[in-house]
Amino acid sequence: MIEIQRLTKRYGSTEVVKDFTLDVGAGESVALWGPNGAGKTTVVRCILGLVKYEGVITVDGLDARSRGKAVRALMGYVPQELSFYDEMTADDLLDYSASLRGIGPDRVDEVAELVDLTDHLTKRVRELSGGLKQRLGIATALLPDPPILLLDEPTSNLDARSRDAAIELLEDLRRDGRTLLVTSHHIEEVAMLVDRVVAMEDGRINVICGPTDLAEKLGLRVWLHLILANGSADRALAVLNEQGFSAKMNSRGVLVEVSAQGKGDAVAALQHAGVEIKDLEVWR
Amino acid sequence: MTSVASIDSPERPDLSTIGTIAGKEIRDAIHSRWFWLWTFAFAGLASFTAAVALPGSQVAGFGNFGRTAASLVALAQIIVPLMGLTLGAYSIAGQKENGALRFLLSHPISRTEAFWGTYLGLAASLAATVFGGFGIAGIITVAQGGGVNADSFIRIAILSWLLAVSMLGLGMLISTFADRASAALGIAIFTWLGFAFIGDLGVIGTSVATSLPTWSLLLTAVLNPVEAFRLASLTAFSGSLDVLGPAGRYAVDTFGDNLGWMLFLVMGAWVVVPTILAWWRFNRIGDL
Repeated sequence: MIEIQRLTKRYGSTEVVKDFTLDVGAGESVALWGPNGAGKTTVVRCILGLVKYEGVITVDGLDARSRGKAVRALMGYVPQELSFYDEMTADDLLDYSASLRGIGPDRVDEVAELVDLTDHLTKRVRELSGGLKQRLGIATALLPDPPILLLDEPTSNLDARSRDAAIELLEDLRRDGRTLLVTSHHIEEVAMLVDRVVAMEDGRINVICGPTDLAEKLGLRVWLHLILANGSADRALAVLNEQGFSAKMNSRGVLVEVSAQGKGDAVAALQHAGVEIKDLEVWR
Repeated sequence: MTSVASIDSPERPDLSTIGTIAGKEIRDAIHSRWFWLWTFAFAGLASFTAAVALPGSQVAGFGNFGRTAASLVALAQIIVPLMGLTLGAYSIAGQKENGALRFLLSHPISRTEAFWGTYLGLAASLAATVFGGFGIAGIITVAQGGGVNADSFIRIAILSWLLAVSMLGLGMLISTFADRASAALGIAIFTWLGFAFIGDLGVIGTSVATSLPTWSLLLTAVLNPVEAFRLASLTAFSGSLDVLGPAGRYAVDTFGDNLGWMLFLVMGAWVVVPTILAWWRFNRIGDL
């Protein structure tokens, strides 16, 4: 559905995307994952024809450079944040986007209902919370009922509850058989949403793998912050060090370094030793 | 989901898309502070100018209406270029800075459609401001018993709007080179200073210091769109440029009855050339 061959993008003398090649099949869900500055958003902007690039991008057989309008008609784009058109109401923004695509007002009501935005249509964009803005962005992308959705950091500006709601919505869209290309630097949402992860670093593809293999392939490590029952911190520290974990105490509990996929090992070791864990957090 | 066959059409500009974007620009203008600020400022100053014209007096060779019109031209040559330049300068750079342009161009529209939609919408908004201001001034002049030469008055209003849209095109050209709205606005304000003040004073100073031939003085004046507007407007209501001294007399002697049309064409060129350049440049911006 989306074929990218030898994509290179330069800003001045700096190459932000280097020799990037990727095929995304119809109905496939792919994440571009990596830290800020890895080149994820630039790849999306190249597909949309917003920046000039070297290489070839085709979408459903259409060249993105020479057939930009036709290519964009196949895609819905969800920007990282709707930080513009502040004075427009959500309804007006959807109407405007629909008019640009030659879509009638009935579809506006339909997508507003689909993303649970109906009660907020009369609010101005600046009055919407981050979660509602995200839903509005998704609603505009869904107006043409596109076979492809490009989502740029769809959950980066959301609180936990809004993020869960957004991921649930995106999972529904994925199940509809749409092709999804998502940029993200959150490994958890990547794992839930996609079939394949393209890990990027410094504009290059580092690893392409399934979402569950990503942490292992990249050797990602996290800190587990364990809140323990009173008086058990010393015992926990001893057990963890004995089991080969790197652990240390802080003011509220114990910090233990684990692989991104090995969090359960540390918890199991403590439970096996009879140490009561009251709560835990994952620190990255 | 959208089928491929339904969108497989050539990439040519679509008038309805241009109209949609222009319509949004007009709605945005109506809801924006700048629109009402400029409209009230221009209408207020124009009304004041018309109201202070004393009936029955003869100043600098103009009658009642002539003096009101001359004052309106003096007002318009300062305010109107500033309106057009700042509006144009903010248009592309502002949308680029806040991400609106990327969102707009993520739709199945071309840059040509985005540019002309924006331009036409802003040009229509400027028309509302300029004609509104002149309309109110005209009503006040009539109410004072000053009498209005409707034909000349409308011509000056149209010339003011042409000046506004020529500056709009120039402002948009500046905007295509700037990454930030503040930079574009800064350049626009210096351009306005150059046209409205320095250009005028510079021409006068240069002519005195170097004793330029009258034809080159006229050419220099016409190269400045604000000066071309002034000459065209004075021609429109007085039919003579004698008050402008040797350059004015030279222009009348050389071009005779065609002077008005020639100046109108010069204004037209100032509308078309910067706008076409801005469109050309906008289509070639590498990164939005």
